[in-house]
Amino acid sequence: MQVDIRNLSIAFPTATGLSHAVRNVSLTIGNEKLGIVGESGSGKSLTARSILRLLPRGARMTADKLSFDGIDILKADESAMRAIRGKRAGLILQDPKYSLNPVMTAGAQIAEAWRMHRKGGAREAHEGAMDLLAQVKINDPARVFGAYPHELSGGMGQRVMIAMMLAPDPELLIADEPTSALDATVQAEILRLLEDLVARRGMALILISHDLPLVSHFCDRVAVMYAGRIVEELGAGELAQAKHPYTRGLLECLPALSHPRPRLAVMKRDPAWAEGPPGAPLA
Amino acid sequence: MIEIKDLHVRFGAVHAVRGIGFGVPRGGSFGIVGESGSGKSTVLRALSGLNPDWTGTMKVAGQALTRNRGKDFFRRVQMVFQDPYGSLHPRQTVDRALAEPLIVHGMDDHEKRILRALAEVALPPATRFRFPHQLSGGQRQRVAIARALMAEPEVLLLDEPTSALDVSVQAEVLNLLADLQERRDLTYVLVSHNLAVVAHLCPMVGVMQGGEMVEQVSAADLRAGRTVHPHTTELRRLSTELEEA
Repeated sequence: MQVDIRNLSIAFPTATGLSHAVRNVSLTIGNEKLGIVGESGSGKSLTARSILRLLPRGARMTADKLSFDGIDILKADESAMRAIRGKRAGLILQDPKYSLNPVMTAGAQIAEAWRMHRKGGAREAHEGAMDLLAQVKINDPARVFGAYPHELSGGMGQRVMIAMMLAPDPELLIADEPTSALDATVQAEILRLLEDLVARRGMALILISHDLPLVSHFCDRVAVMYAGRIVEELGAGELAQAKHPYTRGLLECLPALSHPRPRLAVMKRDPAWAEGPPGAPLA
Repeated sequence: MIEIKDLHVRFGAVHAVRGIGFGVPRGGSFGIVGESGSGKSTVLRALSGLNPDWTGTMKVAGQALTRNRGKDFFRRVQMVFQDPYGSLHPRQTVDRALAEPLIVHGMDDHEKRILRALAEVALPPATRFRFPHQLSGGQRQRVAIARALMAEPEVLLLDEPTSALDVSVQAEVLNLLADLQERRDLTYVLVSHNLAVVAHLCPMVGVMQGGEMVEQVSAADLRAGRTVHPHTTELRRLSTELEEA
């Protein structure tokens, strides 16, 4: 499985012309953990969701190439997309409170995902769901199976989301801020779980987050986005060698326990960051 | 300036805050950290008068607080919430939001005070007649801080004031809060789940778990790893682990 993105641009029509949300983004994702980091509005979620062609209505997407395991996403029809979405590439969202169905039990939702993609019977689906709950390290799968989302904690809810996404054995998992709504201790558990699942199943993972230290700690490679563009790509543990002033700024404005700063550095944004390398077309 | 002793808060059968106490000197800052459900926000809400079901002793500027607070209390003690989009009236302009405390407390010279407040939180004068949805998240939080300052308070209660903001904006707001404190001799109580943010602004930090304040530690001891309670140690470990990456 390989995802190829070349020169992806996403724009939205507004009253005053096109607003460019993603500009000339190129990425290749193999069987690895890729992090996409940026602030709100940097285009990180749109970039990842373009792989599933799950963009807001009105979005205009252009690219020289956008393919998932050789399938051209730009030209694929809806039934081809349905074979990718959920089945070969799963999406985990930020807050399980809003992304789980509130009137179905957790188990029924996982079983539904299992049946949808594997075409099994009800009993097999039930067993499959229980097995998945055990795989996401839930101690008491039977209780969680019968629980409604409001009866689960944030961390439990996120485990249920992950279990549901694992049902069809996806090759790629896109996690969009999967731990931003969770406490620090739970966040660490969920990330460890994702890391373990990715390693055991040989999945690729795209982790989208605003938290640069977290992502670089966890991923093999990090792409830093600013104003719709990738301004820097870094390997794991190369954070200290980041060159782009925006990446450096993101690190320096964080308060840190280990090295106190009397005043936090304030980022001075250079308009040139948004324009990209000299000579690059603006669009 | 603030003294709390043996504070209990109950919601029906749920004992959310179980006998905590701390003190903050005038012009000082006290930080409360803890995970969701630890009771940290409940302490702040009881202190601010938003939650009447508490027992214990709370004193602000030497005066013991009762269930019913006078107008004077609400002038001296102001609160800033996490999400400025939820705490500003969506159909009122910034000007209207800033004028409200002045009307409530019968203060004069609205024009001058509003312009000064906007300048103090570094907002351009043009934002005065904007609506909240026309501002960025950071600008909205500045408006919420300016609104809290209108009544010339002595105490600011800050409930996760930067959690909804991008890190670069968080740095600007934290610097602003530090400047304001120095200029106006404000007393802060800051609640946050982020240990680094709390230690940055507050010399003393209280750690809450399950409704109890399990440890009070100075920011210096916290940085150096001189923690006593395992929960504090765990939170510190999770916070520093990422910094070292």
